[in-house]
Amino acid sequence: MSASAETTATAETEGAPPRRQALADFWFYFSENRGAVGGLVLVVLLILMAIGADLIAPHDPTQQFRDHLLIPPAWQEGGTWAFPLGTDAVGRDLMSRLIHGARFSLFVGLIVVSISLTVGISLGLMAGYFRGWVEAAIMRVMDVILAFPSLLLALVLVAILGPGLVNAMIAIAVVLQPHFVRLTRAQVLSVAAQDYVTASRTVGAGPLRLMVITILPNCMPPLIVQATLSFSTAILDAAALGFLGLGAQPPTPEWGTMLAEAREFITRAWWVVTFPGLAILVTVLAFNLMGDGLRDALDPKLKRT
Amino acid sequence: MLSFLLRRVLLLIPTFLGVSVVAFGFIRVLPGDPIELLAGERSISPERHAELMARYGFDLPLWDQYLKFLTNLASGDLGTSFVTRRPVLDEFLTLFPATLELGLCAIVFAVAVGLPAGVLAGVKRRSWFDQTLMTVSLTGYSMPIFWLGLLAIMVFSGWLGLTPVSGRISVMYYFDNVTGFMLIDSLLSGQEGAFRSAAAHLILPTVVLGTIPMAVIARQTRSAMLEVLGEDYVRTARAKGLPPARVIGLHALRNALIPVVTTIGLQVGVLLAGAILTETIFSWPGIGKWMVDSISRRDYSVVQGGLLLIAAIVMLVNLTVDLLYGLINPRVRRR
Repeated sequence: MSASAETTATAETEGAPPRRQALADFWFYFSENRGAVGGLVLVVLLILMAIGADLIAPHDPTQQFRDHLLIPPAWQEGGTWAFPLGTDAVGRDLMSRLIHGARFSLFVGLIVVSISLTVGISLGLMAGYFRGWVEAAIMRVMDVILAFPSLLLALVLVAILGPGLVNAMIAIAVVLQPHFVRLTRAQVLSVAAQDYVTASRTVGAGPLRLMVITILPNCMPPLIVQATLSFSTAILDAAALGFLGLGAQPPTPEWGTMLAEAREFITRAWWVVTFPGLAILVTVLAFNLMGDGLRDALDPKLKRT
Repeated sequence: MLSFLLRRVLLLIPTFLGVSVVAFGFIRVLPGDPIELLAGERSISPERHAELMARYGFDLPLWDQYLKFLTNLASGDLGTSFVTRRPVLDEFLTLFPATLELGLCAIVFAVAVGLPAGVLAGVKRRSWFDQTLMTVSLTGYSMPIFWLGLLAIMVFSGWLGLTPVSGRISVMYYFDNVTGFMLIDSLLSGQEGAFRSAAAHLILPTVVLGTIPMAVIARQTRSAMLEVLGEDYVRTARAKGLPPARVIGLHALRNALIPVVTTIGLQVGVLLAGAILTETIFSWPGIGKWMVDSISRRDYSVVQGGLLLIAAIVMLVNLTVDLLYGLINPRVRRR
């Protein structure tokens, strides 16, 4: 199978413009990794589920069926297919809540990664390009952020800002962005020394042009990988904050918050404890699988082996 | 080596000052003033309010407050808890051994399982063991450990009745606190069953807290082994006819361990973050639970002191790891 894939890859790329060829190359290496493709499929399914939550979910996620409290999943004795994965302590359909929960988790990942990526890249570019005191100041601040265990700092930030999903996202973004700053700076340092950057400067390109158009695109591959992996960190941290009561607030069907509500029924209703955590695990795993595949496909050092 | 050490230690000073500013600033940027927060729902008379502001030094200019904070810090005074009225440092020192014991057990578990598994996977690349281990370790790495803890309690404590649910030891046992480590103290006490009880309480939190470090160590060891096994000196050793165990154990593993040591050191921050969740789930009386409880009780002087102490620990461990790294890998020192 891989031999035929190789021939199609070369057949397609011959004579193609460089960008298309790069894309074909990328897909060739990415699709070699079965785990990565599995992760990608899962992520796409999760996105579809989040978008179509209102259509797919059998019930309203907050509607309480007062005659159906803690109903077990359908395949167990006492279960009913009206509530495939059972109901929680106030009679809400677990499956509908899980489906709607995908919205929150993906939303958290998207916003957090966008914020930390934007801020991280800007600061990292400045640190790597200007050097001197700018670099020292930026990097020392990042050291300070990194000196705290991430979840602890996020907790404290939420304590300052007040509990809630939006504040949790801000807190997680602050905690995650030093990794982007460090990575960008390291990349800029190696890219800025290349001849084409010197050439560009010699013909009169200004700092902004050099930074954003000449240097930045060549720094992207590791940043894309880091962004994918940060997606999963963001989802995990947001769920953890929800679990500690500082993230999304009930009755929001956020997976971590659902687990916090489920804690007291741990001995009576295994399903309210099991399924939300499983949803978190599967989502995080999907992004990590995809991130690993991206790293293999984008890292030229690994390609040769 | 000396200049490397000196440079590394000097770099800590600005970071520590930054950390102290964060801890100091934390109480000051909270909405409302600290005394109002302390009073909470209860109303407080303006006179009493002023008196308390003066007692805690909140009425001074910000700069003076910070200087006072630093001088107190230098003499080991981290303030007193708003709630228990005990010095923050005392509370920390009482609870820290519990976290240390749990963390050490977790890292021992993680290394004991992750390192050999990683070596084996690297040596037997693409075998079923390698593939299984990589799947397990990626799952472990993606695990929401608070959920893993709940599942463990549900299965092992609830359904099977094998392990206790919370705390460090059964209430049946009481003995003096000698080392602060329950495993050692219970042995010293000589009471029958005490050690068993302590160990039974420790096992689930250890596994839960150790899961992510174990996964990371296994992955890192595997890739370090793969890299080293491709080196010329390993081929030379093989060509000389050395037994495979000697090649792998002596030539490959020793060099593969260099990045792994760093990885293990970096897990300390992960462990402290994980301790927050693990201790909360298992009602483990350590500093992670202490921080969470203090935040929910609005005991902000504890949060401030705790932040500073925990960051200091992380920084010291990172420093130690860096120095160790310089020791085993001389190339780093010259940079």
